[in-house]
Amino acid sequence: MKILVVDDEADVESLFRQRFRKEIKNHEIEFHFELSAEGAVAYLERTSSEVVLILSDINMPGMSGLNLLSYIRDTYKSPSPIVMMITAYGDQEKYDQAIKLGANDFLTKPLDFHSLKEKLKKTENDGQNIGS
Amino acid sequence: MTLEPFVILLFANIFRRALAKTPENAQWRNALWALMGFTLILIGIDIILDKNFIKWISKIILLALLCLPFVSDRFKHYKSVILALLPYAILSTIADFAKAFTPSLYDSINGLFDTALTFSAIWMVAMLIISSRQRKALQKERRKAELEEKEKERMWALKQELEVQVMERTAEINKQKEELENTLVELKTTQNQLIQQEKMASLGELTAGIAHEIQNPLNFVNNFSDVSIELLNEMEEELKAGHKEDAIAIAADIKQNLQKISTHGQRADSIVKGMLQHSRSATGDKEPTDINALADEYLRLSYHGLRAKDKTFNATLETNYDESIGKIEVIPQDIGRVFLNLFNNAFYAVTEKKKLQADGDYKPVVSVTTIKKKHQVIIKVSDNGIGIPKKAADKIYQPFFTTKPTGEGTGLGLSMSYDIIRKGHNGEIKVASVEGEFTEFTIILPIK
Repeated sequence: MKILVVDDEADVESLFRQRFRKEIKNHEIEFHFELSAEGAVAYLERTSSEVVLILSDINMPGMSGLNLLSYIRDTYKSPSPIVMMITAYGDQEKYDQAIKLGANDFLTKPLDFHSLKEKLKKTENDGQNIGS
Repeated sequence: MTLEPFVILLFANIFRRALAKTPENAQWRNALWALMGFTLILIGIDIILDKNFIKWISKIILLALLCLPFVSDRFKHYKSVILALLPYAILSTIADFAKAFTPSLYDSINGLFDTALTFSAIWMVAMLIISSRQRKALQKERRKAELEEKEKERMWALKQELEVQVMERTAEINKQKEELENTLVELKTTQNQLIQQEKMASLGELTAGIAHEIQNPLNFVNNFSDVSIELLNEMEEELKAGHKEDAIAIAADIKQNLQKISTHGQRADSIVKGMLQHSRSATGDKEPTDINALADEYLRLSYHGLRAKDKTFNATLETNYDESIGKIEVIPQDIGRVFLNLFNNAFYAVTEKKKLQADGDYKPVVSVTTIKKKHQVIIKVSDNGIGIPKKAADKIYQPFFTTKPTGEGTGLGLSMSYDIIRKGHNGEIKVASVEGEFTEFTIILPIK
């Protein structure tokens, strides 16, 4: 499963790589990291079909995570990747906005990696179920 | 019948009138009265007896009378009177002598004597009139002098009165001055309190930004700590299994994680320190400061502060830092305050413009640029927001001037910034703006 992580904090990459070291080692999950929504757009243009899931921060300078979400929903209709939004401000307003724009899930910082893993596993299983 | 007694009467009366009615003069007045009485008797005797000795007595008395102005100071102003009498007195005496001792000669020049005597009599009358006039003029003068004296006294009294009034007024003014000084002290205290309040208010605006800025490093600290514990467990297992190579690889990761924990801890630390510095009331000292890092820190704080308030808001932050600046001598918390004000204003300007633009085509941009020149560092903060209206342009540095709605701005931000740059750092702050288009603040800081 290929996951695109979009966050303006550079250390998110090493954190994910360590948290998912087993999964990466076993080639269960493959990660790609982008520091901005603009970078993510460019990356998706190159490799859209490979990306199954996108994890994006909302608060980023320039194009925000919500902008990226609506761009993805507008651009990649079929197959449309799963998008989970992450933000430091875990409030209802932003949650509603993200869901309205078509987010599959909503995560709050600090990330609970155990529940994230659960969610990823569930998504993968669902995906396989759909596929099979 | 002889003329002299009448002349005595005339002159005695003139002298008597010359005396003022004072006790010191009483003796003289009485004496003159007596003389006049005696002269009247002489006239009476002369009428009855018509004796020659009366003429001689009269002459002696007259001579004595003529000496008066030279004897007593009381009559010194009457010397001219004597001048009137003198020709007649001399001529008549000569004539009388001549008559008495050389009657033949006298008879031969009798006409001459009569003529001379007549002229001398005319002279006497004329002189008396003139001297009387002079005396009157003198008296007038004297009265005038007296009046002037009185006027002087009056003026002096007035002057005294005025001096008393002036003293009273001075005391009053001094009292008012003290009151004003007290008021000034109170005003200065209030101003300081207001400045402190402004600092706290801008800190309040920052709170959300600070929370975000601290939350991120804290998340990393927590996450990397958790991961490191997991890694240590794995390392233990690998060591137990005898996989030394894997254990060493994990150890390297742990080392890296601890480094990251430390970095993010310091990041949070510096934010808290900056916040404390910002709220500190006393002005600090100049110290070598990385102006780019300072600008960046406050740009982020300001941005996230705004983001916390308006969650839909987004702006592009453009930063062009001249890395050759290095560290320059400034008071970091003061310059930080200036940056914060300028960034807050810039974000406010773009937010307001976004509110006005319903179509959503507008892309807010806030940028900061630093440039190093030979003797100065230039910092430009610009935005493509609502701009500054022309009528407000010359008031922006005035304390308490604000275009923001009541409660949103204290109107002290730019005034404080102006003072910090001009007075605190000997620099310049300039603004260029077109209403509805853009605003650009330029700070010029001199460097050695």
